[in-house]
Amino acid sequence: MNSVRSVFRFLGRLEGFAIAMVLLLLYVVLIIAAPSVFTRPLIYISFLETVPPTLIAALGLTFVITAGEIDLSFPAVVSLSGFALSWAWRSFDPTYGAWIGIGLALAAGALVGYINGVMVARIGVPSIMATLAANFFWYGISILLAGGLQVTLKGSQDNFVHELFVGRLFGAVPAQALWALGLAVLLWFVLNRHKFGESVMFIGDNANVARVMGVNVEATRIRLFAFHGMIAAFAGIIVTLDIGVFYPDQGNFLLPAMASVFIGGTSIAGGSGSVFGTLFGAYVIGSLEAGVVATTISGYWVQVVEGVVMAAVIVLNAATGKGNLAALSSRFHLLKVSASANSAQELLRKDDTAPN
Amino acid sequence: MVKDPLQESVGQYALRMVNIEKYFGLVRALTNINLEVGRNEIVGLIGDNGAGKSTMVKILTGVFPPTRGELYIADRKVDSRRYNVQSAHAHGIETVYQDKSLGEKQVLWRNFFIGRQIVNRFGFIDVKKEKAIANEIMVKTIGFRSKGITVDSNVSQLSGGERQGIAIGRAMHFEADLIILDEPTVALSLKEVAKVIDFVHKIKEGGKASIYISHSIPDVYEVSDRFIVLDRGEIGASIPKKDISLRDLDGFLLEYAHGLKDKE
Repeated sequence: MNSVRSVFRFLGRLEGFAIAMVLLLLYVVLIIAAPSVFTRPLIYISFLETVPPTLIAALGLTFVITAGEIDLSFPAVVSLSGFALSWAWRSFDPTYGAWIGIGLALAAGALVGYINGVMVARIGVPSIMATLAANFFWYGISILLAGGLQVTLKGSQDNFVHELFVGRLFGAVPAQALWALGLAVLLWFVLNRHKFGESVMFIGDNANVARVMGVNVEATRIRLFAFHGMIAAFAGIIVTLDIGVFYPDQGNFLLPAMASVFIGGTSIAGGSGSVFGTLFGAYVIGSLEAGVVATTISGYWVQVVEGVVMAAVIVLNAATGKGNLAALSSRFHLLKVSASANSAQELLRKDDTAPN
Repeated sequence: MVKDPLQESVGQYALRMVNIEKYFGLVRALTNINLEVGRNEIVGLIGDNGAGKSTMVKILTGVFPPTRGELYIADRKVDSRRYNVQSAHAHGIETVYQDKSLGEKQVLWRNFFIGRQIVNRFGFIDVKKEKAIANEIMVKTIGFRSKGITVDSNVSQLSGGERQGIAIGRAMHFEADLIILDEPTVALSLKEVAKVIDFVHKIKEGGKASIYISHSIPDVYEVSDRFIVLDRGEIGASIPKKDISLRDLDGFLLEYAHGLKDKE
């Protein structure tokens, strides 16, 4: 029994383990329900192509939510950065124009984020309002600059940048999936092993404590929003390169990205964030719709099923957060073994007060 | 065992406040505050609600500047306009608050080093080193013997007294010359209060100074070398411990309160 419990405890501590199991379970169910689609590699390759933009934006959002803030402006950043890339592509020779475009796109994202950060940290506007306004404003600017039109990246397929960011490895694996994975690993280290990430966690936990312990709360908040702006701009670069066209609505994945962060186990209350939870969460969200459609359930049901799965995962997260999976397993053990119902109940009550 | 603190620290003060005044608009919060704390002296600050204790703490810790007056830390004058929380830390002044000292959801080792992490030149934290030092502080400085509590434990797993122990241990490790304890025992059980008192004794043994603020007169009496009574923004009395017993101090404070009431 003890060894079973310690295995559970170990697994419960692995970041994103619960949501990874949910993803696995989802694919098992889908393989049973729609074998003709889910036993072939094509659908998985398609996920590896479509999920990364949402995932990348969600990885940055994980930091923002860990700090107890929210950023609703990244769809506009995805749009604006895509425009910046397409503008440079059109205005210069694409062989080097692509790089100018990437630089411009990242700078635009950082600028939008910086302004968000100043509004939140210096002026004291709640982030939900500041970034909501910013989303309208910068989306509007992006439409204005583009004249409301799409911009095609001419000859993008033959460009090295295309190959680098959205090409196919071994003719199969979309490069953006590897970029997203690499970014997730890097961001895990930044959140859990870097001074910046630690400050973000303490600010989300209790900004007053962070302040009296010598964290520069305002500067860190500004950096945080600029950081997310740049990451969202990277998502915009990937989208635009992947489809070879910039269109103003390309950042239309605010809600899926937020859902990815929350089902990944990052707490809305701030103070702790799960980077790998977000990684698996984004694939769960991204696989759901296509998956449910493929099972030939009537299209009207798709969103209902999605909602049920999300709610179930969030409930599971609340139960298994940080070591509680081990507590759960010990409850099963108690329920089975204990002869005296009273003592079991007493222990259960004790577990309830366990920190989550 | 307790040596005469005044003798020991002649000409050597951890802190000196000279004619400090603080106004909030037209409201006078502090007047004519002259106070010195010796290098290895524990000063108990006593006063009713609204007497100006927290205003004084906030001036000392750099949260806001005084309206008038001079502040000396380790016998060096401080430019009060440039003085803030960070420079207070740099000057060796650490504060332990009733509840604002630790990040609740964070592991212990992070709490020891937040704000002054051991990092490489890219800003990445040396986790191994931080954990090793945190462990040493817990075992040696604080004397933690709680079962199942390690540097990897979450702060939320700790009792109130243990949390204050961590905060005090951290302050001691970072070579604080003066540790300000602002109501560190509010909302703690008696057993937990005893632990905090123990930690304060360790500050004394460690050769450092402290200002201990509490409503509980017996606690203040137990740990302090000297008592400062703050009343309506002024220092009402300064009494060395050797000159007064706990009962007399209690009586004195009662009389003091009554006397002032009679004047009204």
